[in-house]
Amino acid sequence: MEEFINVGKRIPKMDAEEKVTGKAIYIHDLKIPGMLHGKILYSPHPHAKIKSIDTSQAEKLPGVKAVLTGYNIPPIKFGVYKDNVPLKANKVCSLRDEVAAVAATDPEIAEEALDLIKVDYEILPGIFDPEEAMKEGALLIHEEHVGGKEKKPTNVLNLPWRLIAGDVEEARKNSAFVAEDRFKVTWVTHCCMGTSGCVAMFDLKNNLTVYSITQIPSLEQRDFTDALAAMGLKGKKARVIKTMIGGGFGSKLDTYAFEYIAILLAYKTRKPVKIIFSREEEFFATSPRQPAIIDIAQGCTKDGRLTFRDIRMILDNGAYTSWGATTPSVMMMPISSLYKVPNVRYIAKCVYTNNTYSQAMRGYGNPQATFAIDSQLDILAEMAGIDPLDFRMRNANTPGEVTPQNFKINTCGLRECIDAVAQKLDWRQVRGRKDGRGVGMASLIHVGGGARVYKSDGCGTIIKMDDFGTVNVFTGATDMGQGSETVIAQIVAEELGVRVEDVVVTHTDTDICPWDVGAHASRTTFVAGNSAKGAAKKVKDQLLEVAAKSLGESIENLDIRDRTIYSKKDPEKKSPLGKVLRAAHYTAGGSMVMAEYFYDPNNENLDREFKGNLSVTYAYGTHGVEVEVDKETGQVKILRYVAAHDVGRAINPMLLEGQVYGGATQGIGYALTERLILQNGKVMNPNFLDYKMLTAKDVPNFETIVVETNDQFGPFGAKGIGEPGLVPTAPAIANAIYDAVGVRIKDLPITPEKVLAALKDKEKK
Amino acid sequence: MGKQTLSFTLNGEPVSVETESHLTLLQLLRDKLELIGTKEGCGMGECGACTVLLDGKTVNSCIFPAMEVDGKNVVTIEGLTDAQGNLHPLQKAFVEYGAVQCGFCTPGMVLAAKSLLDENPKPTEEEVRHGIAGNLCRCTGYIQIIQAIKAVSGQI
Ligand code: FES
Ligand code: FES
Repeated sequence: MEEFINVGKRIPKMDAEEKVTGKAIYIHDLKIPGMLHGKILYSPHPHAKIKSIDTSQAEKLPGVKAVLTGYNIPPIKFGVYKDNVPLKANKVCSLRDEVAAVAATDPEIAEEALDLIKVDYEILPGIFDPEEAMKEGALLIHEEHVGGKEKKPTNVLNLPWRLIAGDVEEARKNSAFVAEDRFKVTWVTHCCMGTSGCVAMFDLKNNLTVYSITQIPSLEQRDFTDALAAMGLKGKKARVIKTMIGGGFGSKLDTYAFEYIAILLAYKTRKPVKIIFSREEEFFATSPRQPAIIDIAQGCTKDGRLTFRDIRMILDNGAYTSWGATTPSVMMMPISSLYKVPNVRYIAKCVYTNNTYSQAMRGYGNPQATFAIDSQLDILAEMAGIDPLDFRMRNANTPGEVTPQNFKINTCGLRECIDAVAQKLDWRQVRGRKDGRGVGMASLIHVGGGARVYKSDGCGTIIKMDDFGTVNVFTGATDMGQGSETVIAQIVAEELGVRVEDVVVTHTDTDICPWDVGAHASRTTFVAGNSAKGAAKKVKDQLLEVAAKSLGESIENLDIRDRTIYSKKDPEKKSPLGKVLRAAHYTAGGSMVMAEYFYDPNNENLDREFKGNLSVTYAYGTHGVEVEVDKETGQVKILRYVAAHDVGRAINPMLLEGQVYGGATQGIGYALTERLILQNGKVMNPNFLDYKMLTAKDVPNFETIVVETNDQFGPFGAKGIGEPGLVPTAPAIANAIYDAVGVRIKDLPITPEKVLAALKDKEKK
Repeated sequence: MGKQTLSFTLNGEPVSVETESHLTLLQLLRDKLELIGTKEGCGMGECGACTVLLDGKTVNSCIFPAMEVDGKNVVTIEGLTDAQGNLHPLQKAFVEYGAVQCGFCTPGMVLAAKSLLDENPKPTEEEVRHGIAGNLCRCTGYIQIIQAIKAVSGQI
């Protein structure tokens, strides 16, 4: 294997010192002279007509500088379906609907002003169950929304998710065993420790600057530019500057009402306006992972080869549409391509309800679908009388395969992952005891080489060098804590022959940084990494060209190592980088050493049948758990947790482990404890006491196994690894519980109550 | 609203500040004294992001009345580095073990760890987990935080 100096090293995250000393500036910490504070009034009813709003009292409160309602703002529309507006007029459709907003000199005054706003509502009946909302004649959430061929009013969104490959009906007939089940998953939320917020301000020429914590700076800039146009400010510029981000996990992949409200308040008052969410707002007014009802059937031959997979899904979209509605596009990935399955049918419907609307969350549909698929795989294996380990091995994906969705699998370490997990857990010895202890496993596929969700999957990088050898990298990528800036620095340093500490990465400002489609789909290491590598290569070529002249050596014979350009033929011929750079700058007719590179991976948009090679390469992995189930209390204790991942190559093993630990911890929460409880559209547990995130006492000591398949397209062989860590967690745990006590829980989270009830049921039988 | 003058030791130095009596310690630190290293994750005493040390013990400053620090000794994250700006061993270990991702929980987490080690220099892993159980982290899964603390107590 090649010897690397920077790649493959456990290099601390570049901004860790700033963070560990409390010096890092988050959105909450930002203060701008003259800044006002914005607060939002939400609807107290999940579904109601607004008859009137009276803001006169609020406006009179000293310190209040502006009050806005849906009746006095320009027609800004936002969201994936453009079905949302910053402040609602005429009608509210959920309890997070914004009806008015205030800007005041201090947050308490703004809060007080909200209490003085009088809104008169006519309450409408609500609809909270997507299956109810789908019915003919159901009450309509958006009266103007029509769908189907007849263009009839409906609550079903016009997103006909439908993937068909092969012949499922025929395959079902020819299957020796068929399992059919209904699985359910519910709302969980990102719980970023830093709540949402922004600061918006205009300059004298009405150009807009927003301090933001977005994961999509370039797309946010576009959304804000559109908003400016809707405000009558066509041609004005929008600039997005990111502060430190207190956690992302997909929550910041869209633009939100609060951001437009801050913009509108800033425009009205001509002052910077800051909006910061309280924790309660963060729980009820941000967009969680969406619930789904999953009807799934899978079949296999006598000897345990999968014959088909047939899935129908209903997703509760909530009252408006963000990326949650597009998660079926990612669910298609495990449905079509996790294990070899020749015949596939998947049909999903997203349905408007008066619940909160959903968003992307780490894994983006994959954990939901994989829970059903890999739980049921164990059910099917049992029917066929085959050990689930052998069953998985028999159906595991392999390099070179083209899946029913036309994914081209190049490197694939799935078999290695399954095998490694089984070895570590001592699978053959410990499985099947049914003595309260049990083991289970589940696998994953995820995009590992970008994902062509938009027309482009690109990312730009600019690199310039100063007189002394410092490398300034300007990337379109976004770091929200995962460490992309460090990984990019390692890649650049490796390519350029310098050290990580010579590299400064800037990723915070749309006026400075190149374009990128955002931090989603685990794409940053792969796409931004390849982009950075490409730019570094160009810079290197320039450096060698300058050095060739001064050293009197041909370019092919030169290379850079440890900040020095040297001749491979004659090591005596060498020059420190700084000297070469100064020569470039100070020579008559000199040049500036800098380069840009735009990398757009060679992946494909899904076609009209939702087929195509979405990603350049795919990440695989398998998680195995050993649990102990207390039959008296239904408590599930995780005794061991093994996570094996095909990562291509670990650019930074320490940061990579951090992604796996953090992901798997969120996955255990998803499996066992986390649940946003909604009753008639109301979030009943908007706090950390009642929404049960894992604490340090609850996490197992994860054993991680890194499988390096060295992907030919990845930067130094790497694949994306941001999301995979939480994808197979829930089914692995559900399978282990079944092995331990013989009960199969099909809806998340697997609470002690559910386990206990299932144990009781089993006894009765 | 009543104003009062508070005198206490903050990060080793005496301070005297006039403050409204209803303020929380977090508001005093962040808004009046501009010590933004102390974070607000929930404002309800449930996440530990606002942890500071009061006479060596952790408190959730978001629900702690500012008035009650009068005459006491308060340490925030800004007080952990030495006069030359060198990191405290715990801060160093957090950096080196990858215990920091988004970093929002980090100041509170470091202070919780400090209070733990000051009281119990060689905690078992159980005790480490217990010591930081009041501090939520959404990014790291806690493992590297636990490793960092164990490293400082000489147990790795
Ligand atoms: S901010 Fe004080 S405990 Fe959460
Ligand atoms: S590092 Fe993000 S919350 Fe702990």
